Amino acid sequence: MRFTPNSDAVVQEMLNSIGLQQLEQLFDDVPDQVQMKRPLDLPPEMSEMELYSHLSHLAGKNMAAAEHPCFLGAGAYDSYIPAALDQLLLRSEFYTSYTPYQAEISQGILQAIFEYQTMICQLTQMDVSNASLYDGATALAEACTLAAVHTRKQLIVVPETVHPEYRQVLDTYAISGYYEPVFVPCPDGIMDWDRVAGIMNEQPAALVIQHPNFWGHLEPVEKAADLIHQAGGLLIMVVDPLSLAILKPPGAWGADIAVGEGQPLGNALNFGGPYLGFMAVTRKLMRKLPGRIVGQTDDVEGKRGFVLTLQAREQHIRREKAGSNICSNQALNALAAAIYLALLGPRGLKEVALRCHQLAVYAQRRLEEAGFPLLYEKPFFREFVVKTPDAAAINQRLLAQGMVGGLEVDGGMLLAFTEKLNRQDIDRLVATFKGE
Amino acid sequence: MQVPKELMYTDEHEWIKVDGERAVIGITDYAQHNLGDIVFVEVPELHAQVASGDAIAVVESVKAVSSIYTPVGGTIVEINDALEESPELLNQEPYEQFIAIIEMDDPSDLDDLMTPEEYEKFCQAQG
Amino acid sequence: MSQLIFEKSRPHSNKMTIPPAEVGHVDINKTIGEEYLRTGELPLPDLNEVETVRHYTFLSKRAYGVDDGLYPLGSCTMKYNPKIDEWAARLPGLAGLHPYQPVETVQGALQIMYETAQWLSEITGMDQFTLQPAAGAHGELTGVMMIKAYHNKRGDRGRTTMLVPDSAHGTNPATANVVGYRVEEVKSDPRGLVDLEDLKSKLGPHIAGLMLTNPNTLGLFEEDILQISELVHGCGGLLYYDGANLNAIMGIARPGDMGFDVVHVNLHKTFGTPHGGGGPGSGPVGVKKHLEEFLPIPRVDKRQDKYLLEYDYPHSIGKVKEFYGNFGVVVKAYTYMRALGREGLKEASQHAVLNANYVKEHLRDTYHIPFDRLCKHEFVITAKNQMDSNGVATMDIAKRLLDYGYHPPTVYFPLIVREAMMIEPPETESRERLDDFIATMKEIADQAVDNPDVVKNAPHNTVVRRLDEVKAARNPVVRWEESGDV
Repeated sequence: MRFTPNSDAVVQEMLNSIGLQQLEQLFDDVPDQVQMKRPLDLPPEMSEMELYSHLSHLAGKNMAAAEHPCFLGAGAYDSYIPAALDQLLLRSEFYTSYTPYQAEISQGILQAIFEYQTMICQLTQMDVSNASLYDGATALAEACTLAAVHTRKQLIVVPETVHPEYRQVLDTYAISGYYEPVFVPCPDGIMDWDRVAGIMNEQPAALVIQHPNFWGHLEPVEKAADLIHQAGGLLIMVVDPLSLAILKPPGAWGADIAVGEGQPLGNALNFGGPYLGFMAVTRKLMRKLPGRIVGQTDDVEGKRGFVLTLQAREQHIRREKAGSNICSNQALNALAAAIYLALLGPRGLKEVALRCHQLAVYAQRRLEEAGFPLLYEKPFFREFVVKTPDAAAINQRLLAQGMVGGLEVDGGMLLAFTEKLNRQDIDRLVATFKGE
Repeated sequence: MQVPKELMYTDEHEWIKVDGERAVIGITDYAQHNLGDIVFVEVPELHAQVASGDAIAVVESVKAVSSIYTPVGGTIVEINDALEESPELLNQEPYEQFIAIIEMDDPSDLDDLMTPEEYEKFCQAQG
Repeated sequence: MSQLIFEKSRPHSNKMTIPPAEVGHVDINKTIGEEYLRTGELPLPDLNEVETVRHYTFLSKRAYGVDDGLYPLGSCTMKYNPKIDEWAARLPGLAGLHPYQPVETVQGALQIMYETAQWLSEITGMDQFTLQPAAGAHGELTGVMMIKAYHNKRGDRGRTTMLVPDSAHGTNPATANVVGYRVEEVKSDPRGLVDLEDLKSKLGPHIAGLMLTNPNTLGLFEEDILQISELVHGCGGLLYYDGANLNAIMGIARPGDMGFDVVHVNLHKTFGTPHGGGGPGSGPVGVKKHLEEFLPIPRVDKRQDKYLLEYDYPHSIGKVKEFYGNFGVVVKAYTYMRALGREGLKEASQHAVLNANYVKEHLRDTYHIPFDRLCKHEFVITAKNQMDSNGVATMDIAKRLLDYGYHPPTVYFPLIVREAMMIEPPETESRERLDDFIATMKEIADQAVDNPDVVKNAPHNTVVRRLDEVKAARNPVVRWEESGDV
């Protein structure tokens, strides 16, 4: 199946009209030594019907977590996505369009991003949001670069209660030399206060707090904010956007930069991507914020319109002086997040967050009754680690029962609860834990 | 294009006025014209110690960004706060608006600067 | 005038209901603690589903996609996005997979990743691919990090400089800088190709590598590529291939055979996945054998017909992204590649190059062509003639195209050409569409002579006219607030 509308006869006429006889002549400038002398060693084309069966077959070899009770979280959540959302995403003016550099014919995309930026500010209570980054982990890496550039210091203090994959990405990005991460062991499920405080005299550029943290627990944010600010550094918070419907937002804690994975807002699991990283900062950091930003302005007739703005920060202008090489955003994922927030509304989002929390609390109580206490005795939002030496075996039993168990971690299992689960699912989970 | 006679110039299109131990630094008419509408100035850090050749400020237009390099080393003793609120002043009166005033460590830093005549030729060569 | 969603918000109009948990009473003041709770209302828009759907439908009508018409955007390859790809990526067995599921439950997904890497290896002539990078620029970052890791592992730490041609995409120098390299530019010669003498003068033991696009951003094939490769390798540097323009050479020539050590491809350009209004993309990176050990982890491996995720590569640069990359985009690219097959991929490149040369030849008498040679899938013209006679600039012509229902070409790039318009008419455009576009470009050129003001003040028919970018940047309003301002 090909998508080349010109027939052989038309191709010939086009060639002739520019003084050529055959297609090969179009490549006369490619040196003979690098010309491929054989066909690509790949299968031939497939018809749409063949594609349909081939892809159906491949998809059929997987077990879709989203179609089963799923207790996996750890940075990607099986939330319910309202039916209206995908229908809107399939509007091809949205998904087949390019970056809105030509503002006059891209007002729809630009306005949608402007609204997304506003909603992220509303959720996080920060001043300025960008148009989104690749994902939560790279957003954190960009935040650390920003903090280092802004403070002219390098040290980034990262408690090991931050998602391990985020820490790995942070480590990889440190090759830039902009910042130097220091990972602080935290054996008790929340940040190790003494160890974190102990580094504060070493000129930190920032302290990173994931809240709720990787284990699902709430961190001592207020104390930590004071600590890092007194040390002259910035507070970077990594947050689950859904939690912000009921939890105090980063802006209220005094965060300078808020980042996070936006996937829980209406984006399918997709085996890990595409998702979106959101990033919002205080006004004083606005001109250092990486990524695209949409701003409001007027046209020559005074009509309100939107444009990509503050572009002087970006790679296509700064080139070798750019602090970030990013030149895209996850526009369609950000659009999905915005539509999700609009469909849920303030009350709906709060109810989803509460339902997740209530189910998690219920599960924790039932598991504790069944002899599976928390690994870390701390408050949580919608995730926690249950203590068990048999996580792998339990997960096998859950799978056999058609359930996707939690993440196996040292000494236990990290369980996550989304609003798609219900009381019966949790009762089955607990029964399977007990080996019933 | 204006090139006042009483100033000295750099090949990065900055002008320098010497006032005793102090050097006043701004951007030239040529520079502001080539940048276009200036939308933001990241002003230097007051009291910072700088070396000759350091980037001390950033000037942004809609489609370009330019670092301002100091041709002289020393201490920044005065900055032009007005540019933060009204960056367009650099377009309107480039020679009235300074970027920084530096107390020089070594006045011989000035030796490499261009005279107005040299600078005018330099600009013509750049087209 | 277009209203913002916040201006349409009315209290209590959203009637979405969430079922109660029915798990007994949970007092969040106790389970979470009062000091941790949000105080005050959550300030999100409050609309009924009907209003939300109408709002976004309205916004979609104020956007322009490939399905709306020709999108001759140079170096962006805005080809048609097949609908079967959208269907495939939405299959519950693919879209509904959690990244941490046991590997035995995601064998089909891993197979897609494994085969996609194999296809890309064959198309580019590389040995191994990672699918982790989320975009072209992210692929560049990954590739250049691997170059740095390669030199570092050999103890070759004096290589501090990355070379990029003066015609390069802005991401090349930005990437090199972000990875900690000094950037030096290599000049273009009068042919529009890398100036070999200038390149030679810049080589030495301090060179980490050269980043090159081939065909380059002028749409010209770097004919001296083998010599360039020899020169760069001769001084111990590596050759990086920016795959933005891969659509010109599939099945015709392979970066791997030209001597490139690292390659990134843009699935959202060459392999037909939609741009999504600015993302998501996907920027897989391919390497030759000597760089394999530095690829990001995990890698998808296959042992005895079983696919697995392998983490045990001690010299890997690590992870550049959460999980395994933009899998949903990979599915679309995989479906696209399988649809076209070996012949279809080659035909796509041939037709793309034919379309570009066809449009170029038919615009020859109207617009200035700075490097007038056989082009590949894109070419550069300028508004020099129009500028000289009536002061009509490239931007004016671009904006006038909007009035005719076209997305304009890439403008003012590459930077080495004044008043540049970079035109890429992809293979999915029929001759009729190209003829329409050529006619429109000629008509605009005529207007630039007869009625220059109509061009200079364009667009006239769009939902907004030219926007004040200076105002937007001087006094940034980047979010809505009740008062109307930040």
